[in-house]
Amino acid sequence: MRLVSALTACVAAASFIAIAQPASAEGKVLHPHGPHEGWEFEGPFGTFDQNALQRGYKVYREVCASCHGMKLLSFRNLGQKGAPFFDEAYPDENSNPKVKQIASEYMVAAFDEETGDPIQVAATTVTAFPSPYANEAAARGSNGGALPPDLSVITKARHGGASYIYSLLTGYVSPPAGLTVSPGLYYNPFFPGDTKPQWAGDPREAPAGGFLAMAPPLREGLVVFDDGTASTVEQMSADVATFLAWAGEPKAETRRMMGFSVIGYLLIMAGLTYASYRRIWRNIQH
Amino acid sequence: MSGQSTYEPKTGFTKWLDARMPIVRLAHDSFVDFPTPKNLNYWYTFGGILAVCLVIQIVTGVVLAMHYVASTDAAFASVERIMRDVEYGWLIRYIHSNGASMFFLAVYLHMFRGLYYGSYKEPRELLWILGMVIYFLMMATAFMGYVLPWGQMSYHGASVITNLLGAIPLVGEGIKTYLQGGPAIGDATLNRFFSLHYLLPFVIAGVVILHIWALHVTGNNNPTGVSVKNVKADTVPFTPYYTVKDGFAIILFLIMFAVFVFYFPNVLGHADNYIEANPLQTPTHIVPEWYLLPFYAILRAVTFDIGPIEAKLLGVIAMFGSILVLFALPWLDTSKVRSMRYRPLAQQCFLGFVIACVVLGFAGANNPDDLVFKFGADKLAMSYTDANGGAAVRTFTEFAEANSFLATLPSSAAGALEVSASGFKWLWVAQIAGAYYFAFFFILLPLLGVIEKPKARPASIADSVHGKKKTTAAAVAATSPGPQTTGSLKPAE
Repeated sequence: MRLVSALTACVAAASFIAIAQPASAEGKVLHPHGPHEGWEFEGPFGTFDQNALQRGYKVYREVCASCHGMKLLSFRNLGQKGAPFFDEAYPDENSNPKVKQIASEYMVAAFDEETGDPIQVAATTVTAFPSPYANEAAARGSNGGALPPDLSVITKARHGGASYIYSLLTGYVSPPAGLTVSPGLYYNPFFPGDTKPQWAGDPREAPAGGFLAMAPPLREGLVVFDDGTASTVEQMSADVATFLAWAGEPKAETRRMMGFSVIGYLLIMAGLTYASYRRIWRNIQH
Repeated sequence: MSGQSTYEPKTGFTKWLDARMPIVRLAHDSFVDFPTPKNLNYWYTFGGILAVCLVIQIVTGVVLAMHYVASTDAAFASVERIMRDVEYGWLIRYIHSNGASMFFLAVYLHMFRGLYYGSYKEPRELLWILGMVIYFLMMATAFMGYVLPWGQMSYHGASVITNLLGAIPLVGEGIKTYLQGGPAIGDATLNRFFSLHYLLPFVIAGVVILHIWALHVTGNNNPTGVSVKNVKADTVPFTPYYTVKDGFAIILFLIMFAVFVFYFPNVLGHADNYIEANPLQTPTHIVPEWYLLPFYAILRAVTFDIGPIEAKLLGVIAMFGSILVLFALPWLDTSKVRSMRYRPLAQQCFLGFVIACVVLGFAGANNPDDLVFKFGADKLAMSYTDANGGAAVRTFTEFAEANSFLATLPSSAAGALEVSASGFKWLWVAQIAGAYYFAFFFILLPLLGVIEKPKARPASIADSVHGKKKTTAAAVAATSPGPQTTGSLKPAE
């Protein structure tokens, strides 16, 4: 049927362009992977587990936030539908007490209304997440020249998304014999880079991965989870990757849900239109 | 094609209006009563699909422009604000960004269809050229739109393209400065790109009106390429026959569109564009969006100088040439037969052309020096300074050999070891496919018209469709030995 061939061409072209995307880094790098059980939030039915989001936020708050900002998020985002601290009793996220309490733990710069003097006040729900450094120079200065990237959309900005974050955090290994790691840098087989210049042996066998300025940030028991979950490195990595995936696109759940109704509606429309088409053309040879 | 208007105003108001400005008559003649060949297949539905794409892009774009901030400091954050805080902003933006890809997907299928059925040939040359004008404007619009989110690919893509124009002799630097609004890409560039990105879609809409006008003067081509001879026997009115057929195809297209928007919204983009633009940090691979990749491959395929013309300028000429050649297509194809259905050689060359375009797309996505496949195992190349002080390179298979050779060198020779892989480069793929691209237009199409012996064509559209279901005496007599497409048809002699 001609329709089938036109449709096949359409879908084939669409999948061609989806796979024609370029490869990433220069040197070899290990392919990122998620936890064994996979990600709950992936796939057409994926949803975020609120407990995992809350644990992930805690990891971010207590570990990552000392170097990485999330300037596109505000505290109120934490109380929106689908967010880590969403509470059905508080449909308006700005009245959510948990969100208010999280915000109030931060002090932000302001000025005295009467004198104009600079002062520090407690953050409110509408305040954006404060950055850990005053400016880029300060951030680089504290990290041996490297700039800790903002994490607001990190899962969309890296090939592999949440799996990349998980693999990077759990993937630190001691460098193989023959690999010289410069002071202040750490070897990670999941970090895109080039190990050849630092490799003593045959360059064809240089190990995969690269060097980054971030020391392995997690160790067992570093964060104490409120729900009693054992804080293994894998658990903390998976939770923080889940939190970052949510933060990168807070509306992803809504989007996937809406997709079902939209596509369902279109399928019904397609059926009705096809029936009309057959009926209208029934007496025409074509 | 369009004969006498059959519109008859019925009410007092429509009679009054028709005497002053016959706009309802125009719409009636163009989209209701318009005689359309009855044998159009689903490849002919992409015109309607493209009209829908344009409307979707303009409507979503106008809403996005209400929230977007064209400033290098705020653009990236304003796009993310749309995704997070604007009501259904994520939906509007994903429709717009994926809509660009859908628009190009449809336009490419529409163009391949026109190419296959000879829809550019007399009397539709101007119709085709107007289509090419639209396509060219689409590319400019899409390129500028991709710069607006101010991600890494936005910035560095803009930088590559504007620098290209700088390669044009005499006027290049001037054009580049006007386009960038200054000596470098910055706020001035972003603002003028935003302004033009808002303007050009309306220019496209204007040319689309001309395109439809030209279509309605000559009438549709059709898969047989045979002109309409008898309006009653060969055609059906556009409404309801093609409104329902196009409508069905549009809905199927929208389903595919929705799958991308709701489930794979970022798969057609590039992860680097979610990193805010940083002029000081160049991404490892700078690539345009997929729909411009074949032209990017042609641009980078030219690595050689010809006479006094340098490779960079030649690449730019080849890239623009690959688009401009489409404008000359009606005069490059010398065959009198419109539809390739009856041109066995042209059919195969066309298939090769489609493959070349897809292959060029892949070549554009890959680094030209990367290898498609390797010849044998990787070797080691030692570059060092030889006894005479010149640069020398020696290759080894074994690492131990390379090491012992290094030990024999004086320390001043500064030996450096690198992996040397030999294989088939993407560059060569781009050069071969690019050569075929141009050969198709400049050698194959002009030549085929002379040497090819076309198959017998049906005498009329009516004959071609009647032959499908049952043989009528008239059809057989008129088309003996019968249209080749209908295998079951037995010539009755």
